[in-house]
Amino acid sequence: MPWRLLRFALSRTHPEPRMFTRPARLKPAYDVVIIGAGGHGLAAAYYLARDHGITNVAVLEKGYIGGGNTGRNTTIIRSNYLTVEGVAFFDESVRLWQDLSTEFDLNLFYSTRGHFTLAHTDSAMRTMRWRAEVNKHLGVDSELVDAQSVATAIPMMDMSCAGHAPVLGALYHAPGAIARHDAVAWGYGRGADQRGAEIHQQTEVTGIEINDSGVVGVNTTRGRIATRKVLCAVAGSTPRVAEMVGLRTPIYIHPLQAMVSEPVKPWLDPIIVSGSLHVYVSQSARGELVMGASLDPYELHSTRSTLDFAEGLAAHMLDMFPFLSDVKVVRQWAGMADMTPDFAPIMGKTPVEGFYLDAGWGTWGFKATPVSGKTMAHTVAHDANHALIEGFNLSRFGRYQLTGEKGAASVGH
Amino acid sequence: MKLMPCPVNGLRPVSEFFYWGEVRPMPDPDRCDDAAWADYVFNRNGAPGIKKEWWYHTPSGTWFIAERDTIRDEVLRTWLHASPEAEQQ
Ligand SMILES: Cc1cc2nc3c(=O)[nH]c(=O)nc-3n(C[C@H](O)[C@H](O)[C@H](O)COP(=O)(O)OP(=O)(O)OC[C@H]3O[C@@H](n4cnc5c(N)ncnc54)[C@H](O)[C@@H]3O)c2cc1C
Repeated sequence: MPWRLLRFALSRTHPEPRMFTRPARLKPAYDVVIIGAGGHGLAAAYYLARDHGITNVAVLEKGYIGGGNTGRNTTIIRSNYLTVEGVAFFDESVRLWQDLSTEFDLNLFYSTRGHFTLAHTDSAMRTMRWRAEVNKHLGVDSELVDAQSVATAIPMMDMSCAGHAPVLGALYHAPGAIARHDAVAWGYGRGADQRGAEIHQQTEVTGIEINDSGVVGVNTTRGRIATRKVLCAVAGSTPRVAEMVGLRTPIYIHPLQAMVSEPVKPWLDPIIVSGSLHVYVSQSARGELVMGASLDPYELHSTRSTLDFAEGLAAHMLDMFPFLSDVKVVRQWAGMADMTPDFAPIMGKTPVEGFYLDAGWGTWGFKATPVSGKTMAHTVAHDANHALIEGFNLSRFGRYQLTGEKGAASVGH
Repeated sequence: MKLMPCPVNGLRPVSEFFYWGEVRPMPDPDRCDDAAWADYVFNRNGAPGIKKEWWYHTPSGTWFIAERDTIRDEVLRTWLHASPEAEQQ
């Protein structure tokens, strides 16, 4: 038995520090209040402390750390987006991911797998070619590959997809990766906590006070806090919090569901996405197949999951991988996705002075956790939008200047 | 399988229907300014509540309105619309 473990077992007082300290009371005032202890809120707290020396910060969470979409997502990380703004932003995130396990001294199980977006139609081939060219132009490793290369890389796949949707080729993105989602929230949370930020769980924000000069305070289920800066990082609850400051946004909420199989021997190395079959799948380090489909078809503020979803997804999985017919599904769940009209996030300053938005993360925000934390910390610290998020500001809609990512984000998260 | 009451065909599986968003008044495009038009085109009432929504029963080609609780996913009532204008009053 390792000495560390033995020492732990024999001790009455636990010699290892807990992952987080639990601050007993809320202070009457903070320099910055962050709403939401998902990956994004915690990453912002971490970079505010590490890069900007701002540590008089409270992260308020109505439930528990990482209990929102951070702990419900299928963890696909990639940067093969469609717009110049999107590719530059997500590529910076992929770079930040590389060092995180070392930085946190916590294994995030970051695993580079390669990512195939299958094309089953000529028009899908055209979109893949377009994405590959934009990516290459911006120095991102993407290429269009033919059906033979797909068959060689994924020998277990029925290339005709049960005759419904023969695979014509794919967009291949070598840096595509997966990671352990909970550990990402814990790593950022512990790092922020060690640097002096306070994380208050079971603390719901119920109102935000503003006057002519902007934000002045926040009301919570545990009392009032004075603050001039609020960062809203609440994903599926964004419309509710935006309403507290009277802000209109294009964000609408639909559930996104996912499920996992029982663990099986490793057979699937890359991440596979099929837009036509509404399937994406990867195999986790534990051997489970992690699977998802497209959004639920109508608005709902709930995390219920449905049999329709499990049946539909299983049917399409069997089109691609008929040998899985005996493998059991062991869990399914849902998260509330904060969708935007152009499938790009909404980040940065807002018309309400001191109210910053980190939202519109829909079905694609896990991969952005490091870069959004970093750019939002900069934005809050300097009260000026970071250059990388200029294309994502709320004001773009008023100018009819969208950042159209639908072709790269609508099924392949 | 979730069921939706169609005003013409009665209870049918929700997979037969198509959701078309909340019933919203459209400003007069000839008279409103760019900001009001952008607000209409992009912004939504994204917070939960009891909402009036457009739904379409695909097999029978029926457009109708449903009043639905968007937290509990409970359809309270459905009816055929008289005209889009009348609905917005
Ligand atoms: C099924 C599914 C699969 C997905 N797959 C992928 C994927 O493969 N790749 C990818 O990049 N993205 C994916 N996503 C999207 C990704 O999960 C999210 O965009 C991302 O995790 C958002 O992180 P967050 O920290 O902003 O929000 P969250 O993790 O949701 O955190 C927000 C927190 O705010 C809290 N909160 C809300 N309201 C209040 C309040 N009033 N007061 C206090 N706290 C409050 C919530 O409790 C929650 O913990 C997926 C999402 C889902 C649902």
